[in-house]
Amino acid sequence: MKIEIKNEEVRSEIIQRIEEISGENIYKCYQCGKCSAGCPSADEMDLLPNQVIRNLQIGKVDAVLNSRSIWVCATCYMCWIRCPRGVNLTSLFEACRLMTLRQNLDQVGLKEAIKESEEMDIPQIAIISLLRKLTS
Amino acid sequence: MEVSYFPGCTLKQTARNFEISAISSCKLLGLDLTELSRWNCCGTVYSLSTDDSMHHLAPIRNLIRVQEDGFKEVVTLCSMCYNTLKQANELMKKEPDRLKKMNDFMYREEDYIPDVEVYHLVTYIKERLGYEKVRELVKQPLTGLKVAVYYGCLLLRPDSIKLDDRENPMIMEDLLTALGAEIIDYPFSNECCGSYHTLGQKEIVLNRTNKLITEARRDGADVLVLSCPECDFNLDHRQKDTLEKYPNFQTMPVLYFTQLLNIALGGNLEDCGFELNYIDPLPVLREKGIIK
Amino acid sequence: MNKRIGVFICHCGLNIAGTVDVDALREAVGKIRNVVYVKNYIFLCSQPGQEMVSDAVKEHKLDGFIVANCSPTLHEKTFRTIAIKLGMNPYLVEVANIREQSSWPHSKQPDYATKKALKIIKGTIKKLERNIELYTQRVGLTKRALVIGGGIAGIQAALDIADGGYEVLLLDRKQSIGGHMAQISETFPTLDCPQCIMTPKMTEVAQHPNIKLYTYSEVEEISGFIGNFTVKLRQKARYVDWDKCTGCGECIAKCPSKPLSEFNRNLCKGTAIYRDFEQAVPSYPVINKEACLYFQKGVCRVCEKVCPAAAINYEDKDIIKEEKIGAIIIATGYDLMPIQALGEYGAGKYKDVVDGMQFERLLASTGPYAGNVKRPSDQKVPESVVFIQCAGSRDPETHYPYCSKICCMYTAKQALLYKHNVHHGKAYIFYIDIRSNGKGYEEFVQRVQEEEGVVYIRGKVSKVFKRGDKLVVWGADTLTGQTVEIETDLVVLASAMIPSTGSLNLASKTRLATDKFGWFSEAHPKLRPVESVTGGYFLAGTAQAPRDIPETVAQASGAASKVLALFSNEYIESDPVIAQVDPEICNRCGYCESVCAYGAVKLNPKTRIAEVNEVLCEGCGACAATCPSGAISHRNNSRKQIFDMISVATENYDQITTKFDK
Ligand SMILES: Cc1cc2nc3c(=O)[nH]c(=O)nc-3n(C[C@H](O)[C@H](O)[C@H](O)COP(=O)(O)OP(=O)(O)OC[C@H]3O[C@@H](n4cnc5c(N)ncnc54)[C@H](O)[C@@H]3O)c2cc1C
Ligand code: SF4
Ligand code: SF4
Ligand code: SF4
Ligand code: SF4
Repeated sequence: MKIEIKNEEVRSEIIQRIEEISGENIYKCYQCGKCSAGCPSADEMDLLPNQVIRNLQIGKVDAVLNSRSIWVCATCYMCWIRCPRGVNLTSLFEACRLMTLRQNLDQVGLKEAIKESEEMDIPQIAIISLLRKLTS
Repeated sequence: MEVSYFPGCTLKQTARNFEISAISSCKLLGLDLTELSRWNCCGTVYSLSTDDSMHHLAPIRNLIRVQEDGFKEVVTLCSMCYNTLKQANELMKKEPDRLKKMNDFMYREEDYIPDVEVYHLVTYIKERLGYEKVRELVKQPLTGLKVAVYYGCLLLRPDSIKLDDRENPMIMEDLLTALGAEIIDYPFSNECCGSYHTLGQKEIVLNRTNKLITEARRDGADVLVLSCPECDFNLDHRQKDTLEKYPNFQTMPVLYFTQLLNIALGGNLEDCGFELNYIDPLPVLREKGIIK
Repeated sequence: MNKRIGVFICHCGLNIAGTVDVDALREAVGKIRNVVYVKNYIFLCSQPGQEMVSDAVKEHKLDGFIVANCSPTLHEKTFRTIAIKLGMNPYLVEVANIREQSSWPHSKQPDYATKKALKIIKGTIKKLERNIELYTQRVGLTKRALVIGGGIAGIQAALDIADGGYEVLLLDRKQSIGGHMAQISETFPTLDCPQCIMTPKMTEVAQHPNIKLYTYSEVEEISGFIGNFTVKLRQKARYVDWDKCTGCGECIAKCPSKPLSEFNRNLCKGTAIYRDFEQAVPSYPVINKEACLYFQKGVCRVCEKVCPAAAINYEDKDIIKEEKIGAIIIATGYDLMPIQALGEYGAGKYKDVVDGMQFERLLASTGPYAGNVKRPSDQKVPESVVFIQCAGSRDPETHYPYCSKICCMYTAKQALLYKHNVHHGKAYIFYIDIRSNGKGYEEFVQRVQEEEGVVYIRGKVSKVFKRGDKLVVWGADTLTGQTVEIETDLVVLASAMIPSTGSLNLASKTRLATDKFGWFSEAHPKLRPVESVTGGYFLAGTAQAPRDIPETVAQASGAASKVLALFSNEYIESDPVIAQVDPEICNRCGYCESVCAYGAVKLNPKTRIAEVNEVLCEGCGACAATCPSGAISHRNNSRKQIFDMISVATENYDQITTKFDK
């Protein structure tokens, strides 16, 4: 499998925007994989956390924004606190989510969420935090 | 001692057992948890984008309430509330420009002066009373009860809010040791329960619950102890679905640390609210002779 | 007043001329008062450049000149030497640094850089106008060296100087010399054991007529200056009279108190009366007071009873000795970071998570299990070992930003030795990059991978925890893009090297510079790597930065040759750019005396007027800045000169800074 690294994709505007929103410099990452090794959600991800940032480094932002990974991340902060380079991946993931959410593309419906929560006594914080993370 | 207290929504609803056991045990410790006269949702999750002030309004508004009530400190129980309030507060201390913007926005409120300190109850007990004092007040030691302590994410991360060492925390363990419990080495104490994915992506949570409870079993725990209604829901109530998905799964009672605190200090069993626990902890507590 | 000043502007290739408009600069400088000659040149420091300067000075009868080029640390000497050859006083030559201070930092604002360069030159002209001729002073020197630290660096440096015919004091705070190398099992890439290659050197030290050993001793105080140091040494109480002791070891064999062995990195027990290891030099033991039953509980005195030489002396005291020294080599080496700080790896919590040096001891034939690798927790032979590289190194966020340089190689070596020891065992190495850039090093790593079947996994480990009696390692294999879990028996952390404990303390006693971690700073990273910034101090081995044995030894020989070069002089010339007191202005307050770190300025007991000792004065300027009456100034840095330069630098300040965007 060969992909083309394209000048216009590397450091593209949208990637710079992601860096801005997250306050992170994606080139700090030296791809050690420690984030992925400790990520509790890694099993459910299609792109490992280090692959998310790697894709951004080489300009493949679509691969990231279309990945399941950014929606599986539960903001547990493990990657960030253990990263030897201090890359705040937690914020980077959030910024990636926001790139979609800010186009009013919600990932869950309010109605369904409430309906599901009524079936069982789901705690209020679960409902609110879900909506905060997966809707605009 | 009067202590300003922020309960948060869930402690008034699905996690009432957490609140009543906390209030009761604090009374026995001589701490009077005084609920804020007004409060709103903490926001539940701290906003991580640099260009968003909107989502810091909820936590900061609560800190203004603390100020209005004339307190300089506020104690929380739920780890989500703790994390959100504390991170937002740290941000206000660090970024005066943002603080000004927020104060301007909330022009009908008094200005927030970021000198309120946000505490989690366990830190408050450790720093203000000391575990020696707690040990002296124990009426019913938790002798023989093997406890795995589970912190989850939001009490330990990020660094700006951590209760204790983020890899090998001992602050809860030490409290439970003071209550006479036997602490087991539980390396999963700082792993994640799957959090809000319990809605929408339940499968994620079931895998976690299976793993986290099974590892606690393997390490020899009788019960798992925690401090978060979200974790509690996933690790206790979701055991039902976990069992359906993994037929060999062995259940385990999951308790709020305040429930054990209340028992150890000789509080009323009713004040533990055990009826809200999904896996009934009474049999094991009885078996160990901790309750009758 | 110097009134025939020449200015030579260097392009430094494009380093200066690429940013600064050098033609405009030349034109502007030519218009300045007292400048009679200006010339630009592509490389002033080149041979033709120097000749051009020399000719111009003669031809235009210059009474002083300025070179506008790079930092004075690089070429001030070059051009002052030209002056000496021409019979001009070298202190009438000044450097205007327009590279480090203008063209480099302002490479994106060429206009600003040109204006600033002009200001720098103008200010320097102002200074030079008032420079006077200065002359150096000669002082004698003690041709005797002190080497602090008796690891392989200190040993090599001491031997080289001693072989050169000069006396050396070799100091180590431990009972024996040898340092960390003595603890290593076998050394990469040739796998010879330190017993074979280092103990001969240790014996040579012990027998060398020019070497005086001070072990179990520390530096108490150092005063003086290059060629003329006075050093106070504290020889710690040994409780054994080394003049009587024969090194028979009876006492060690019979001592009932068994504290953990420091040499074996707490993996097994030693004794209260001990020597660091079997081949220790000297071979005489000392008593560890904290562990000794007699000192702690007042009972025992077994060693005294068994000693055939009546050498035990429980009344022994620390002894302070004073020595005259001409040059000092810092060879205090390194330590490993405490692995407890690596909480995610269960370090400090699990006995079977060890650091690299502990694993060396597990491998060593002189180690706790006589070279048969066993787990510290239950002495089981490990079926597999996981090595984690860069544990704390290259980790600016939580630990140390630098690469420890040696761990890639020693980890490869350790995996190989483990495989030789436990043939069926499996070895896994988590790495992020393999740095094997030494002679024969890459070949060594290839051999470990190909012939020994050690499995290299590219990725970091995030967590190590215990499951039953196994350790579970969670890591990443970034090459397949998967996370991995390995159940293993033993985890070895290649933990970061740090400066040896007490380095900062020694740095403050010697007033030597270190970086922020405590590694001693060299005078120039490329060109003066074994000298320290302060005259008379030299650096050897890992006291300066992480490195392996070959490099350590090379550097130690380098430092020794610097000392020998110094000792080949009969005298030292002191720098005349120092403080001077105007006795007519001094008001006898004595503030200067209280701020001088070198004790160089004192009030004369009779006149109560401050006087500067020209040899002790380092020219730091503290007294001049402190003197409330303005009586002290630096030679050729008078108040007038400094304020003239400040006026030049600040004129039209607003105008020039508007160009300076953020
Ligand atoms: C696990 C491991 C394995 C290694 N394996 C190899 C290998 O196979 N091959 C290889 O080439 N390199 C290897 N190295 C590197 C090697 O250990 C070093 O390069 C070498 O030992 C450095 O020697 P040194 O003299 O600079 O420092 P040290 O050996 O640290 O010696 C310093 C000495 O100074 C003394 N000292 C310190 N401070 C003071 C003070 N204030 N006053 C008095 N005395 C003081 C100490 O007691 C010590 O004796 C390994 C390193 C490690 C950590
Ligand atoms: S831990 Fe940090 S440096 Fe390592 S791969 Fe992840 S983000 Fe990059
Ligand atoms: S007196 Fe101390 S050193 Fe001597 S044998 Fe007894 S314990 Fe060992
Ligand atoms: S028994 Fe006496 S002579 Fe022998 S090593 Fe011990 S102190 Fe020295
Ligand atoms: S030498 Fe190798 S293992 Fe050690 S810090 Fe450098 S890269 Fe990492």
